[in-house]
Amino acid sequence: MAAVKQTVEHVASLEKYKHGFVTDIEQDFAPKGLNADIVRFISAKKDEPQWMLDWRLDAFERWLAMDEPDWAKVSFPKIDYQDSYYYAAPKTKTGPLSLDEVDPDILETYKKLGIPLREQEVLAGVVGSPKYAVDAVFDSVSVVTTFKKELAQVGVIFCSMSEAIREHPELVKRYLGTVVPVSDNYFACLNAAVFSDGSFVYVPPGVRCPMELSTYFRINAENSGQFERTLIIADKGAYVSYLEGCTAPMRDENQLHAAVVELIVLDDAEIKYSTVQNWYPGDPVTGKGGIYNFVTKRADCRGDRSKVSWTQVETGSSITWKYPSCILRGNESSGEFYSIAITNGRQQADTGTKMIHLGTNTRSRIISKGISAGRSSNTYRGLVSAHPKAKGARNFTQCDSLLIGKHCAAHTVPYIEARNGQAKFEHEATTTRLSDDQLFYAMQRGLSQEEAVQLLVNGFVKEVLQELPMEFAVEAQKLVAISLEGSVG
Amino acid sequence: MLSVSNLHAEVDGKAILKGLSLDVPAGEVHAIMGPNGAGKSTLSYVLTGRSGYDVTDGGATLDGEDLLALAPNERAAKGVFLSFQYPLEIPGVPALTFIRTALNAQRKARGEAEITAPAFLKLARTKAAELKIDFDMLKRALNVGFSGGEKKRMEIFQMAMLSPRFLILDETDSGLDIDALRIVADGVNALRSPERAMLIITHYQRLLDYIKPDRVHVLAGGRIVASGGPDLALELEREGYDKYARAA
Repeated sequence: MAAVKQTVEHVASLEKYKHGFVTDIEQDFAPKGLNADIVRFISAKKDEPQWMLDWRLDAFERWLAMDEPDWAKVSFPKIDYQDSYYYAAPKTKTGPLSLDEVDPDILETYKKLGIPLREQEVLAGVVGSPKYAVDAVFDSVSVVTTFKKELAQVGVIFCSMSEAIREHPELVKRYLGTVVPVSDNYFACLNAAVFSDGSFVYVPPGVRCPMELSTYFRINAENSGQFERTLIIADKGAYVSYLEGCTAPMRDENQLHAAVVELIVLDDAEIKYSTVQNWYPGDPVTGKGGIYNFVTKRADCRGDRSKVSWTQVETGSSITWKYPSCILRGNESSGEFYSIAITNGRQQADTGTKMIHLGTNTRSRIISKGISAGRSSNTYRGLVSAHPKAKGARNFTQCDSLLIGKHCAAHTVPYIEARNGQAKFEHEATTTRLSDDQLFYAMQRGLSQEEAVQLLVNGFVKEVLQELPMEFAVEAQKLVAISLEGSVG
Repeated sequence: MLSVSNLHAEVDGKAILKGLSLDVPAGEVHAIMGPNGAGKSTLSYVLTGRSGYDVTDGGATLDGEDLLALAPNERAAKGVFLSFQYPLEIPGVPALTFIRTALNAQRKARGEAEITAPAFLKLARTKAAELKIDFDMLKRALNVGFSGGEKKRMEIFQMAMLSPRFLILDETDSGLDIDALRIVADGVNALRSPERAMLIITHYQRLLDYIKPDRVHVLAGGRIVASGGPDLALELEREGYDKYARAA
């Protein structure tokens, strides 16, 4: 079938990763390598108070004594932590700027990525479309945060982490590191020592945040790692929906992204946290390059009836290693985890969640959709546990894997611990292969091979896409299609 | 319309079609009958371009255009439709979404504008009513959990929605009770027109009581071994395929 071959060739010739460009700007770097002086350098660059520096140095000391974990089903050459830059920033003055002062090349970068940084660009969108505020993080620093004034009117604080440390030290001191302790794990500890920037959100009691908040992370500099730290606090009865997006240029060497995200949810509050992760996945054939995405994300449902919902669409990265988790401490608190993890080419993903039921009548729900194509490996790893006091805890887990082609792998590794007799856990898992019969059926009706794959895959992931905020669901759907281009044929 | 000449095709290196020739002019309905393993389904897959069915000799044209050079979706856009013997289940994709995506893909390939949502829904309601399909069923994932009869009816519904020019019905009567058979036949008959042609592949004569063919062909041993009018189907029903199977 000449025409099919042609289609496949055409698709193969498309640029697979459209965010792979580099922005050529002058940058400030810390000297290469990692030691206590680098930690001091980062802290000084950010004008941090002494307590913050002490916190970082303490973390660095602890990190030196720790070993890299090796239990995940991923493999990669040993990382040389001295062969990387731990601080890279566009060469302008530090701290968030007004838009007019931001380097036009950086603005152009975000424009290329389709992220509106000018408030009027958001407002100029479709009439009646929801507004969303953006914090743009470029390598190690936040370059701009939009809609701050409008948010401040209702008492919502949305700013870069560096700014929060300077302007809201009491909040940062009270909550930072209380969900993911400094020495929680190797990568979280490294992050605590060298974290560069990230977003900070505080929603006061009873306030429903009037717009979607989002952060776009962009790694640009060569040989540099990105270590952002995000802290979101929803005070009693508050609600906020937050989205993070990530992209990086195509580079031959691997770059480390070791972020920490902490969510704190008090009584009757709710946080909805969505991620569309599209880091550069490395060369599809050789596996060269790409981001190591080793991230710790955890929510602490401290208050009664508090609620957290994690939604993630993971399509990029050479290696993804993360488990957005919920500590269900408050009585009747609930946690949800909706995940789409797609691996193609030589990508590896080991991702899932932990639902730790501590309070009574806590509930959790896990819907995981893994898609493996090419020569990739995709593992779901999840823990559901109920403490002796978590009477009436309930969990429902559904894990579905879809295989495309003959050389990929899917694994499901559930851990279930019920330490009281009144917990009720359900686990369902399926593994299916995208069949040639289904593809032919759809093509006979008029769909091209790529359209057929897209339709079938969208059917598979629909349950999760529905959980994303509307305007991002469309983007995510496109991303799913792009990630799987050329996976059949 | 369709012209097949000296078609040879193999599956996994095994020759199935061995010099099949057939002409179906526009406006006509032809039936292909034959014993199991004669190559009936292979013919439908070769005409629609399924991979794994390799043409080794001969050819097939639709209105003079080389059909075999086109991808399956390109053939669909030219108006070739196959009602599958075993329709596939498409989890998570509502029937209406599937059909609208297919219809728009075809229209795009033909350089036509996409159908608007209201026009599509209106069309779907009309055709569903004609085929006595509960509209709510169209909002469910295509064929998932449908009975055999419902799947076949859904094939005819898709056919009615896509309005193809050359229709192939592969064992459409299997799995249908007598009422469903009548509804399906009415749906097919409604599509008969001077611009369209149909190829009805069937093992039994039963379907032909409802969809009257202009010509009947016997397919045995990978070739057409006999052709005749509607009476040939009745003869086959009485006497079986033995005579032809031996001749092949």
